[in-house]
Amino acid sequence: MYRYIFKRMIFTAITLFAVFALTFFLMNVIPGGTSEMILKHTFIGLEESATQEQMVQVSARYNLNDPLYIQFIDWLKRGIFEGDLGMSFVYHKPVLDLLLLRLPATIILALSSMFIAVVGGVSLGIYAALKENKTADHLLRFLTLFGVSMPGFWVALVLILIFSVYLKMVPVAGYGSIENLVLPAFALSIHSLASIMRITRTSMLETLGQDYIKFATAKGLPVNRIISRHALKNAMLPVVTVLGFQMGAMLGGSVIIETVFAWPGIGSLLVNSIFARDLYVVQACIIVIVFLFLIVNFIVDLVYIYLDPRIRYG
Amino acid sequence: MIGLEITCLQNKSSVFSLKKDGIAGKILNRKDITISILLLALLFVVAISYPLLDFSDPNTIDLTNKNLAPSAENPLGTDYLGRDILNRLAAGTTTSLSIAAGVSAISLFVGIFIGCISGYYGGIIDETFSRIIDIFLSFPGIVFALTIMGFLGSGVINLILALSIVHWAKYARLMRGQVLSIKENEYVLSAKIIGAGNFHIMRKHLIPNSVATVIVLATIDIGHVILSIAALNFLGIGLPSDIPEWGAMLSAGKEFMRTSPYQTIFPGMAITMVVIIFSIIGEGLRDILDPNDTGGEYL
Repeated sequence: MYRYIFKRMIFTAITLFAVFALTFFLMNVIPGGTSEMILKHTFIGLEESATQEQMVQVSARYNLNDPLYIQFIDWLKRGIFEGDLGMSFVYHKPVLDLLLLRLPATIILALSSMFIAVVGGVSLGIYAALKENKTADHLLRFLTLFGVSMPGFWVALVLILIFSVYLKMVPVAGYGSIENLVLPAFALSIHSLASIMRITRTSMLETLGQDYIKFATAKGLPVNRIISRHALKNAMLPVVTVLGFQMGAMLGGSVIIETVFAWPGIGSLLVNSIFARDLYVVQACIIVIVFLFLIVNFIVDLVYIYLDPRIRYG
Repeated sequence: MIGLEITCLQNKSSVFSLKKDGIAGKILNRKDITISILLLALLFVVAISYPLLDFSDPNTIDLTNKNLAPSAENPLGTDYLGRDILNRLAAGTTTSLSIAAGVSAISLFVGIFIGCISGYYGGIIDETFSRIIDIFLSFPGIVFALTIMGFLGSGVINLILALSIVHWAKYARLMRGQVLSIKENEYVLSAKIIGAGNFHIMRKHLIPNSVATVIVLATIDIGHVILSIAALNFLGIGLPSDIPEWGAMLSAGKEFMRTSPYQTIFPGMAITMVVIIFSIIGEGLRDILDPNDTGGEYL
């Protein structure tokens, strides 16, 4: 098992490295890429009048004349050992500071959405499985179809319309209190909630058909006990598998939801920076999001091994 | 030798036709799929006939009639520039469906090609392609597409390109898995023994026998593609503003949500409806093709 964990760590590291490289080269190769932007922001509005000599000076200062791979290695070194991810062209602050400032908001939003999605999805899924083919089950399945099909930003807008504009229960946008968190977290969770509910229902039905559950029922154990003691742990395996995927979807969805609610997280920072062509920030945001995604998947794998002792990876 | 090849072909064709009969019958047995297919056909008719028929231009601006509620004249109301919402929704159908079709075609082609080669040859080729696929799958799709669009700029071709870059890897991984299991079959072995070339084996045996599963995934995925198109346009980075698109309509309408919520509500309903149609068809087809596959929704 430790060998498997070790292998997974190596793979995560390789993927991260590849993502670093891909982002770095992409940012440099595209027209209007990093080097061009550095020159542009150094001589704001004065590119025309800047002498060739000044251009060369700036290029030398930022090592723009080195071959790309050397620039990449330098950038990696600075990033890893000095935490220097460059300066934001727009905010005139180190990118790392911006990220650290914004990261908590995204993590709070993602975790609370995940909490809603898991608690809601698993309990509704179990409920639907117990009521298989009854009205409640049909209704819930119909609703999940909507849950996975509605665009997140639309759900967000409709929620704002109902709860902020008409009912005036919560503020439209903002950050800082639990009231502000409710709508974004709920809007972001709907898609995952529906997916998790679906998977829980299917997997619960499968588990409930097993012999050991029939035996437990025959023994006369109460339903609650059968579910909590015997069925739940086994039924959770497929749910755990999709969690990693759902977390990824959530990180992606947060980009849009954060923009709708003006939530000061990594997602809205990414969107704004893309529009402003603030390349160092874009680069850093992508890396943070992919990093979070890979780490979550790694953790999910570990949980999976813990939940299912039958799995022994070589 | 020729006899062997023919037997293989006959076996395959009989299996295929049996399956085909089965599919048509089973589809008609499922009410949800039948209704969805009919609705989809209707949407296609709208999407294809809309640009051909002489409707009033969905971009006609009429500032005297802006932000109207639904009425006999404008069944779904008008937007902030007085443009008819129903008219623009219909035009948006053409936009969404044709872009989604482009994305599906490109990513299916690339995915099937790479997945097939990777699964068939194995070894270092497989390792390389698999790692590349893993890396592409480690980006959350919408973030990836957003970044690419940020640098390519708005435009139909750019949008199709960006979304294809995001979507092909999923198909490649599924295709690879399919090919890995199919290539162990005896008819592939027989084909190899009688000296069929690698390309021939892929074209005649591997692709025809695994493509159904991949296409089913693609059908479910069209819904996701349409959601991505809408999301990118909602963020203001997909298409030029003169092309009617649901996500962009929503985004423009949100400024007027308090006074005229129709501009926000109707485009969202259109998106939801189309996505639901594609998931019902896709998931229904999956159940029919593989009754053992229960609930492996995204895998």
